Amino acid sequence: MVNTWIAATLVAVIAGVVGFFVVLRGAAFVAHAIPHGAFGGAAGAVLIGVNPIAGLGVFAVGGALGIGWLGRRGRHDVATALALVLMLGLGALFLSFSVEYAAAIYSLLFGEVLGVPSDELLPIAGLGIACIAALALLYRPLMLTSITPEVAEARGVRAQRIETGFLLVVALAATMTVPVVGVLLMFSLMIGPAATAGSLTRSPRNAIGLSVLLALATVWLAVAVSYLTNLPVGFFVGTLGAVSYGCARIWTARRRGRTATA
Amino acid sequence: MNVLPDHGADDPILSVDGVSVWLSGREVLHDVRFRIMPGEFTGLIGSNGAGKTTLFRVILGLQASSTGSVLVGGRPLTRRNPIIGYVPQKVFLDPDMPLRARDVVALGLDGHRLGVPLGWRRRRQAVDAMLDAVDARHFADARVGNLSGGEQQRVLIAHALISRPRLLLLDEPLANLDIRAEGEVVALLARIAREQRIAVLISAHDVNPLLPVLDRLVYVASGKTASGTTAEVIRAEVLSALYGQHVDVLRVHGRILVVAGAEGPSGVTFEETDGAAVGPDIVSLR
Repeated sequence: MVNTWIAATLVAVIAGVVGFFVVLRGAAFVAHAIPHGAFGGAAGAVLIGVNPIAGLGVFAVGGALGIGWLGRRGRHDVATALALVLMLGLGALFLSFSVEYAAAIYSLLFGEVLGVPSDELLPIAGLGIACIAALALLYRPLMLTSITPEVAEARGVRAQRIETGFLLVVALAATMTVPVVGVLLMFSLMIGPAATAGSLTRSPRNAIGLSVLLALATVWLAVAVSYLTNLPVGFFVGTLGAVSYGCARIWTARRRGRTATA
Repeated sequence: MNVLPDHGADDPILSVDGVSVWLSGREVLHDVRFRIMPGEFTGLIGSNGAGKTTLFRVILGLQASSTGSVLVGGRPLTRRNPIIGYVPQKVFLDPDMPLRARDVVALGLDGHRLGVPLGWRRRRQAVDAMLDAVDARHFADARVGNLSGGEQQRVLIAHALISRPRLLLLDEPLANLDIRAEGEVVALLARIAREQRIAVLISAHDVNPLLPVLDRLVYVASGKTASGTTAEVIRAEVLSALYGQHVDVLRVHGRILVVAGAEGPSGVTFEETDGAAVGPDIVSLR
């Protein structure tokens, strides 16, 4: 149970920070596609008898590079969709060859947060630190290219490299967290808290901080309730994410309405 | 005064000499030549699609010219030229982004650098001073996506000015502004050009809002340009030669209308090229 809390905490911190940039850049679809597509890689890894995490990593990084490369001259959403369907298609193919292991792979969809072994905690922490360090390094160019890409270009920022770097961070975050919390949970943890924080605060730093806090609160609450009720963690994380964002929007709209009439 | 040692205040800050640009088999700019002196306020006037943004991209070093040369501060073009500040066209600032006006301005200081910004107090002072200079201090902590068009434009000007450029390029900053905001932005830019001796090159499809402050203008039509003072350039002979057909220049209550001559007897019509109106159109009369 202690492992579960530690793993959930690590995942929440990473998802909270990475999610801020995902929401800022309007990259929610990419954050959906990379972990889901990577699921196909895990199926392939199981088929050839390798650790599924290696398969996840290869597919996540490959998908990120593919989206970055295809999205360079075309529309990002189209490149993302094509990368996703290609990876899912391969996943379906691999699954059809390995019926007896299917259950182990399906568990990746929902994760095994209630049964995390101790030896997985250190790699998660290491990859998490790597993700956050990479985002700290890319912080200013990521902000600048999100707001005024033309100015970024004029000031010598290689927007394409920054974008690919960002996609690789998302891939890294997915690889490390998916086996623990599952694909669905990772996606909802990246979007819900960051979007809620973005509508409640105005400064980027406060938004990152609040995003992490909300992700932590969501995960802790979801794990506790799931433990007590024996219902899936993913259900609670997804619901809490959507409900908190909805409440934040209603609250800011009402506050704005009051300022307007005052 | 922030003058480079090998470049005097009497030398042009920008000289564009015989620049032509071909894009996918079409000549977008033809033999463009003009100069801008330090502190000069220059309008780049032409309709949408006339080649204004392409010319900006050439000056910024983002688009190679097919022929000709561009000197900025007396030196050949480089990518990432610190002498130039740039306000691009149509910046969409999402109201959902957790970003204050001051965050946008701070990114103008060092947004291209890697890593997390340090020197918090010094940065805050620089940003506050810049916000004061563009009369934007009172909405410094507002969410930038919720500001009005004129307020956002002032924030973007501060974003471009905080790195202390000597030439400020603005691509259609008056588009989508109401008349009052338009006047405020023009007055602000004229003040900056005069007080800080920053040369301003501003593109617009309508010359009228800029008339009180323009030192010179560069008129672009179908990729060709004419430059000089307003009186020199906005004349029927000069513009007719640019457009390649007869054009009338009407002056009404201190405002200028450029109207294409009609082919038939039906009187005044508006010239069209590729479906877009060419030249300042009559709608600008208000």
